[in-house]
Amino acid sequence: MIDRDQKPRTPRPFRDSQISQLTLVRLREFIREPEALFWVFIFPILMAAGLGLAFRNRPADKVKVAVVEHAGILPPLVATRLAADSALIVQVMPADSALEALRIGKVAIVVIDTVMTEVTYRYDPAREESRTARLVVDDILQRASGRADALTARESHVTERGARYIDFLIPGLLGMNLLGSGVWGLGFALVDLRRKKLLKRLVATPMSKAQFLASFMLSRLVMLVLEVVILVGFGVIAFHVPMRGPLWVLAFTAVLAAFCFSGLGLLISSRVKTMEGASGLMNAVMLPMWILSGVFFSSANFPVVMQPFIKALPLTAVNDALRANMLQGASLLVILPQLTVIALWTIGCFALALRLFRWK
Amino acid sequence: MMSTAPALSVRSLRKAYDDIIAVDGLDVEVRARECFGLLGPNGAGKTTTIEICEGLLDHDGGTVELFGGNWEHDADALRQRIGISLQETQLSEKLSVRETLTLFRSFYDHPKSVVDVVALVQLDEKLNARVGALSGGQKQRLAVACALIGDPELLFLDEPTTGLDPQSRRQLWDVIDRFRASGGSIVLTTHYMDEAERLCDHIAIVDHGKVIARGTPRELIESLGAEQVIEFAAAGHTPFSIEALAKLDGVRAARIDAGTYALQASELHRAVPAVLAFLAANNAALTELRTHSATLEDVFVSLTGRHLRND
Repeated sequence: MIDRDQKPRTPRPFRDSQISQLTLVRLREFIREPEALFWVFIFPILMAAGLGLAFRNRPADKVKVAVVEHAGILPPLVATRLAADSALIVQVMPADSALEALRIGKVAIVVIDTVMTEVTYRYDPAREESRTARLVVDDILQRASGRADALTARESHVTERGARYIDFLIPGLLGMNLLGSGVWGLGFALVDLRRKKLLKRLVATPMSKAQFLASFMLSRLVMLVLEVVILVGFGVIAFHVPMRGPLWVLAFTAVLAAFCFSGLGLLISSRVKTMEGASGLMNAVMLPMWILSGVFFSSANFPVVMQPFIKALPLTAVNDALRANMLQGASLLVILPQLTVIALWTIGCFALALRLFRWK
Repeated sequence: MMSTAPALSVRSLRKAYDDIIAVDGLDVEVRARECFGLLGPNGAGKTTTIEICEGLLDHDGGTVELFGGNWEHDADALRQRIGISLQETQLSEKLSVRETLTLFRSFYDHPKSVVDVVALVQLDEKLNARVGALSGGQKQRLAVACALIGDPELLFLDEPTTGLDPQSRRQLWDVIDRFRASGGSIVLTTHYMDEAERLCDHIAIVDHGKVIARGTPRELIESLGAEQVIEFAAAGHTPFSIEALAKLDGVRAARIDAGTYALQASELHRAVPAVLAFLAANNAALTELRTHSATLEDVFVSLTGRHLRND
């Protein structure tokens, strides 16, 4: 080839290097998209606040009881006795209204006292609150009829921080957020670049592909710091969610998770040409994990046969590791199995994605 | 700057997509410091050809050399020396003109300054504007600015003015003129004959993946052997014989296109009276009569029987 004078690259400040320019562009595109800001930073907080309030630990609900009224004017004796207990809400009503109230769940149990020495409880034993109601109602009526306790019972009440729903929820939301930002952040951006033929245009320059991909990772890391600090900070300040494990283990887990989910995003976007195609594929990948991986409820609820599969999912590993760190104060060694699962997914996704990725 | 070796040399280029042959044995040579045009209708294989030359597509046969190097061995060095504007790139709307050019600038070893390039494409006043706020013509000039920022020796422009208004087209032509005046070589594709005539030193007319004619715009038009074209329509007659029209005094060739007759003529003062006499002899009334200097469009039509643009 006929060369023009081969001079070394003109020196320039770091700010003008490929990697910093590519990373700056990624961050600019993100912060100039108000919707993306909302979904990444505001939405998880709204969700945590909403669910945290809905499932906050309240004093035990009062048990609602219906007592079937007699033909006479006076309320039945049973009703008077039950109403004396503050844990119950007692309503006296005709038999058919009482059964209707039971059927639609307005009351947990219907009490019918036909004879002086006999009482009938009508309830659905499959309903937990009805079973509780039967025990409470029966206890009150038996004592009022003269039963004496054979055993003295003392009570000691505790509310353990770290065992509440919000404590369970915050690490799950963090895992879900890391998954979403990785898959959407990389996947959508790359498919958008390909769709606009901008990827092709960039490849037509001397741009380094390695630095191009590295810029996505770097911008993810910048965002990651904000995502974790905002969501965890909100949990700690608003709900006093405990942070029992070492912070550096939390940070390490979050960074590893961010790399893993970025790899997943890269893999999803490696061939797709349209936003619709990308959207479908992303939902297909993320939706099962939202349900199976213990974001909103424990994955232990699924049948035992599914557990090995669920444990192998990257989001399960991330959620389990985050929970173990924040709630149980687990050290790095304890969450090593989860971290291994995440690392394997990371390596697998990147290896496959770099093989499949279409630049042109 | 460098020797007189061709900036681009393409020999027997072939490319097939599945069972469609897009490029079918195409030869092109672009000398240093010239503007070379690939002129042809949509689907002729122009974009495929230029993207192979840009190293963005693989080819099935033939050779492509840029500055004597090829994409297999010299890709990194070649990327530093060429500038590219693709047909339908959408630059990021959320970045400013300055940010976009600074990004592209970071890829090159010896780039121009953003301020210089912006001045070259007359976007000085839009330096801090978002790309999304630019007009179509301004966006296209920014795309060319991205091609120029690396200070290339060879510029590839694929349909640079398609979809632009006349003023925007002239502004872009000025940019291309300035690049050429500074010593650069250009390969452009277009289906606008006026653009090819205005900009190009040499043209290859491409149809069905082959070069069907080549030369300077002047040579191509002269190859018709007729500098003038007479177009007319007439009412109240059965269709005239094309052979009879072609035999008229001063007429070199004739054809009919959508009810309008087009005659190639070397001397209007002999041909026009002959046409009028022919119409009178056939009892036909003239409804339309136009004459114009022959253009590359006429060259294309005489070669293929079709128009460059089918809209």
